[in-house]
Amino acid sequence: MATEALLLDKLINQTYRPGFSSMVESDTVARGLDEDVIRLISAKKDEPEFMLAWRLQAYRHWLGMVEPDWSTVRHGPIDYQNISYYSAPKSRADGPRSLADVDPELLRTYEKLGVPLHERELLAGVTRVAVDAVFDSVSVATTFKATLAEQGIIFCSFSEAVREHPDLVRQYLGSVVPYTDNYFASLNSAVFSDGSFCYIPPGVRCPMELSTYFRINAMNTGQFERTLIIAERGAYVSYLEGCTAPMRDENQLHAAVVELIALEDAQIKYATVQNWYPGDKDGKGGIYNFVTKRGDCRGARAKISWTQVETGSAITWKYPSVILQGDDSVGEFRSVALTNNYQQADTGTKMIHLGRNTHSTIISKGISAGHGHNAYRGLVRVAKSADAARNYTQCDSLLLGDRCGAHTFPYIEVKNPTAQVEHEASTSRIGEEQLFYCRSRGIDAEEAVTMIVNGFCKDVFKELPMEFAVEAQKLLSVSLEGAIG
Amino acid sequence: MLEITNLNVCIDDGTTLRPILRGIDLLVRAGEVHAVMGPNGSGKSTLAQVLAGRESYTVTAGSVQYLGRNLFELPAEERAREGIFLAFQYPVEIPGVANIYLLKAALNAQRRHRGEAELDAMDFMALIRGQIGRLGMDEALLYRPVNQGFSGGEKKRNEILQMLVLEPRLAILDETDSGLDIDALKVVADGIEAMRSPERAIILVTHYQRLLDYIAPDRVHVLTEGRIALSGGPQLALELERRGYGWVEAEVADAARRVADNQYGIGP
Repeated sequence: MATEALLLDKLINQTYRPGFSSMVESDTVARGLDEDVIRLISAKKDEPEFMLAWRLQAYRHWLGMVEPDWSTVRHGPIDYQNISYYSAPKSRADGPRSLADVDPELLRTYEKLGVPLHERELLAGVTRVAVDAVFDSVSVATTFKATLAEQGIIFCSFSEAVREHPDLVRQYLGSVVPYTDNYFASLNSAVFSDGSFCYIPPGVRCPMELSTYFRINAMNTGQFERTLIIAERGAYVSYLEGCTAPMRDENQLHAAVVELIALEDAQIKYATVQNWYPGDKDGKGGIYNFVTKRGDCRGARAKISWTQVETGSAITWKYPSVILQGDDSVGEFRSVALTNNYQQADTGTKMIHLGRNTHSTIISKGISAGHGHNAYRGLVRVAKSADAARNYTQCDSLLLGDRCGAHTFPYIEVKNPTAQVEHEASTSRIGEEQLFYCRSRGIDAEEAVTMIVNGFCKDVFKELPMEFAVEAQKLLSVSLEGAIG
Repeated sequence: MLEITNLNVCIDDGTTLRPILRGIDLLVRAGEVHAVMGPNGSGKSTLAQVLAGRESYTVTAGSVQYLGRNLFELPAEERAREGIFLAFQYPVEIPGVANIYLLKAALNAQRRHRGEAELDAMDFMALIRGQIGRLGMDEALLYRPVNQGFSGGEKKRNEILQMLVLEPRLAILDETDSGLDIDALKVVADGIEAMRSPERAIILVTHYQRLLDYIAPDRVHVLTEGRIALSGGPQLALELERRGYGWVEAEVADAARRVADNQYGIGP
């Protein structure tokens, strides 16, 4: 009998929207990885000696490591010699000076993605968003740089930062996520291609949301971006990262590293809307997303908050974390992770309390549909030194249908008796009752599911900047969309 | 308005189909108020839910005509848009969704269906303020998540609020009186009474007579074991209150025995 379960099935049977591929001529290095490839990447990017040395150290360390297998995600073997570690659109050979120099096909790609690249359009808008667009491995165009530069803010591609601001890069790179940190972070350190760099000088409040749009375009290329954000004393910045990738049959590897450093009284808000290609409904293709994100509250009263909306990728493996070193510093993690079809997510956070009176909040919302598996994995560690540390954790799981799964792995380590740690968890099924209640009021099933799921995620969405909250809601409804007759 | 003929309904408990309704016949005309009474487990709520379009039940026989259409051809949301409203016995909680948001989405879905313009926030608030005043509801309830943290009485008033705003043609109220104190009962009864009109029909599903002290039904039906055992005027409810459901069951058993005796030619 056609019950709500069947209806849900139809609803969650989505198709991936940004699944187009651009015909842009690119300069791609042959597949495989050895020291020569790393030297080549470094040379192509015209890097200073210290950068190459760091990459090689990371590579040598990585050779002695094994892939981690402690998470719930399952995948076939990844052949690291069958990946091309560098791909750049060809027309960039001498670098675009302005948008007019950018390959028109590339601009159309951004248009399809809805990245507002034209400065004029942006200026006409109510909210100003500076975009550093990363297309495969190099940053193509950075808008608003001049406006930001007036306040001493540096916002540029990582490659440019290595060339133009080597001292800052040298001081902070690897200081939160060392090249020895984990398998994927080490690989990234060796071969990272590009990413974003952001520096906010003391006392400056960044006047606009900074945003990066990542996109994996070329076939068989891994994308290894590196992002580094530094907020000096009393500085403030809000950063949004959006990600999509075209449909491919093969799996593509994505191993990024993001490091945030907040000094005394500084605040960094980092939001991610991740919509990498999740694979088809049978689990074929899709992005393997192995990402290391970590923030360091290095001064007193510093605050770092991570907000993530993860709807894409075949596999999501990421734990945006905060090291609470400064006294009275604050760490926050808010997450919505949706897994549909055969998607797998093992995601959560680590809150490491070192300073006194440090506070952390964790709100995790996992939504599983189809055959999707969703795990929350979180660590709250209160060190001996962290007097009066407090943590509040809330993990909620929502199941749509009866073939999906939700798992919760909370790890709590407390070495200081004055700590207060709270953990709440719930698992619920999207109620046949809830659905029927809405429908019996005249609301169709599709709208009802969207309404219920958005309600479930409300605590996270309200932390996103307004326009991105709207985008996130749309993304969820697209991900839950189906053919309802 | 509503014509139920020989309705048989089962619930699928995984292995077998368990019958709940066993041949219901009921005719409800526009302008009428019908009370469906009966002991627990007699199938009252099942009847209400099947009429509203709940899909977890299986209709094994019979038909239901609503305004001349086969009701079973319409999914739940279509029935609502065509004017059927069910006030739930246990209103459902929807975390994170503001009460007012659900109500506005519902009203606008129904207005779109009727080819009317959607109400904007201002007009909607004007409409709703009048109704919450009449129900003695706190405006703060509008902004809380649907039914979450509501007291039993607040949930029932909220159902009545939805009914008043959506203005259904056929309102089915499932045990709306249960769990209400006497003041709340009066407010809720006034809300229901206000809905009474020649174009509208109301079915009150209730275990007790007390709601009927405030709303005089045109017809009273007693459901036992999935069948309508007795139908009558308002006085039947009073009789039930006095003698209890056991009396109906005994009467039915008695009648059945007489039928059986006749079949075997014993006769009185």
